[in-house]
Amino acid sequence: MEVFSNLALGFDTVFTVTNLLYCLAGVFLGTAVGVLPGLGPVATIAMLLPATFALPPITSLIMLAGIYYGAQYGGSTTAILVNLPGESSSVVTALDGYQMARKGQAGKALAVAALGSFFAGTVSTFLIAFAAPPLAEVALKFGPAEYFSLMVLGLVASVVLANGSLLRAISMIILGLLFGIVGTDVNSGVPRYTFDIPDMADGINFVVVAMGMFGIGEIIVNLENEDTRTVMMKKVTGLMPTKEDFKRCVWPVLRGTGLGSILGILPGGGAMLSSFASYSLEKKMAKNPEEFGHGAIQGVAGPESANNAGAQTSFIPMLTLGIPSNPVMALMIGAMIIQGIQPGPAVMTEQPELFWGLIASMWVGNFFLVVLNLPMIGLWVRMIMVPYNMLFPAILIFCAIGVFSLNNSNFDVYMMVIFGLFGYICAKLGAEPAPMLLGFILGPMMEEYLRRALLLSRSDPMVFLERPISAAMLILSAVALAMVMLPALRKKREEAFVE
Amino acid sequence: MQSLIRNPKEFWAGVMFTVLGVIALVIGQDYTMGTAGKMGPGYFPTALGGILTVLGLIAVVRSFIKGGETLDKFALKPAFLVLFSVFLFGILMRTAGMVIAVMALVIVGGLASNKYTWKANLALAIGGALFCSIVFVKGLGVPMPLFGTWFGN
Repeated sequence: MEVFSNLALGFDTVFTVTNLLYCLAGVFLGTAVGVLPGLGPVATIAMLLPATFALPPITSLIMLAGIYYGAQYGGSTTAILVNLPGESSSVVTALDGYQMARKGQAGKALAVAALGSFFAGTVSTFLIAFAAPPLAEVALKFGPAEYFSLMVLGLVASVVLANGSLLRAISMIILGLLFGIVGTDVNSGVPRYTFDIPDMADGINFVVVAMGMFGIGEIIVNLENEDTRTVMMKKVTGLMPTKEDFKRCVWPVLRGTGLGSILGILPGGGAMLSSFASYSLEKKMAKNPEEFGHGAIQGVAGPESANNAGAQTSFIPMLTLGIPSNPVMALMIGAMIIQGIQPGPAVMTEQPELFWGLIASMWVGNFFLVVLNLPMIGLWVRMIMVPYNMLFPAILIFCAIGVFSLNNSNFDVYMMVIFGLFGYICAKLGAEPAPMLLGFILGPMMEEYLRRALLLSRSDPMVFLERPISAAMLILSAVALAMVMLPALRKKREEAFVE
Repeated sequence: MQSLIRNPKEFWAGVMFTVLGVIALVIGQDYTMGTAGKMGPGYFPTALGGILTVLGLIAVVRSFIKGGETLDKFALKPAFLVLFSVFLFGILMRTAGMVIAVMALVIVGGLASNKYTWKANLALAIGGALFCSIVFVKGLGVPMPLFGTWFGN
């Protein structure tokens, strides 16, 4: 089997002292930062990103992936222990996880979450290994028209599956695309929207945007609600679930893994959608649905497996097509570009060590997560207890130093201030920053593919509909949009998110 | 006027998108449009600016028709202090150097919290500056001046 020889190559790449060490460091740092209340994976990755720039490409990607799983799991820990989900995908975990913690079963909830995540991580790693190569092969045949339509589909899906106002989310995408093309136009050399500022000639750095909107903007939002943040904690005891608990969790974990793996591949899917879907599925399947919301262990096991599986398989479109399906993947793509790698189907054939090494590192990272997290729970608890008035200045330091060190530029720091303000305004106006970040990353690529597609077709826009794959993707986008705009379905979508 | 707006969040978001869209359109006029088959630098941004303006206007119109959430008050004090402290960091980084810039960031930014205590904040400022000096500058070798041009470096 080719897959196994490929995976062997991947494990060979990962099993060097340096790579294992950085994988471990990534998981550790990701958990440590992710566990801090109010910091989701996007902010965590953006904050820690500058630390990886000096590393060789494969090592830095392995570390970043580690940071991602760590941040994800750290968020769940916070959700379970103090009911402060740092990001949308742990909202669900907080529902039953926190109730378990209140009953003194915090240890059990954390253990189930860790073991479920590890199982899901293992399965989805193999899924990536099997699914990615054929997909990349298909993608190699894609022309500019297909890529353009694929990006449209990705962006549409990201708003369809997001919560909040649809109109505002679409507007944020367009705005993101516009921010993305700021800087010198590659084709004509004309500086666009740079206001004659030399620092803008290379465009706006995506780390600046991500840290401004997800870091600084979030801090202001959190400070506004500072008085409502209360951290109450009991000592975490009794880590091991009983045999009975295991029995109750087997099926939720399996179903969660399956659901998450599939939903993660969808553009716009990923961790959040997976955990929501798994929770409602488990609630329907349960013999005792009335227990949900009052500390049902299945309500932790299912969603936690699902969100880890989804987080993992969302790497598939990123690795094979070079298209981010969520903001975290947008950051990964940004990191790859900084390392001089153009994400897309060619990565697999041209840099097999990097491709398979990253995949193998996912399993290793998940393994470290279990080994690291359960014994170190005491440390994480202490980190959660840090009061916010001590925490946020520290976050400010990391954001400021991180952004400054990107290019040793004061200008980047000022830009981060502007995006911080913008992020806060958007939060107030109920406009989600995530779609904007996707648009921001895709902006230059979309323009380039649109340009090439229309150049090849001699300005005939029908090219997008004449090529079957491209047409299928555009029709899918239109159907998806139409579906959420229909009043009946829209109501259902809102209900689903309220739940 | 205010009573006509039934969804303030949607209204102001619409205003923001319209303004940004129009700015994109106006500035975009300076760039060559080209044709669809041979796109100039102005083509894509003009299209996006147009779409954004239309979406913004739809939001504004909709906010008169359909009710929705009210807009909460902006927390001006923490917003200003946090943003200003980061701005200050940017100014001080090269001139006064990293040590003073980090301390200013923590001291000014820290005031944004209503649980502020000067002792804890000062300790954090000193600790933060020490940590950054040791870990980032000495340890990781990030090229940042510990003390900047004001001190003759």
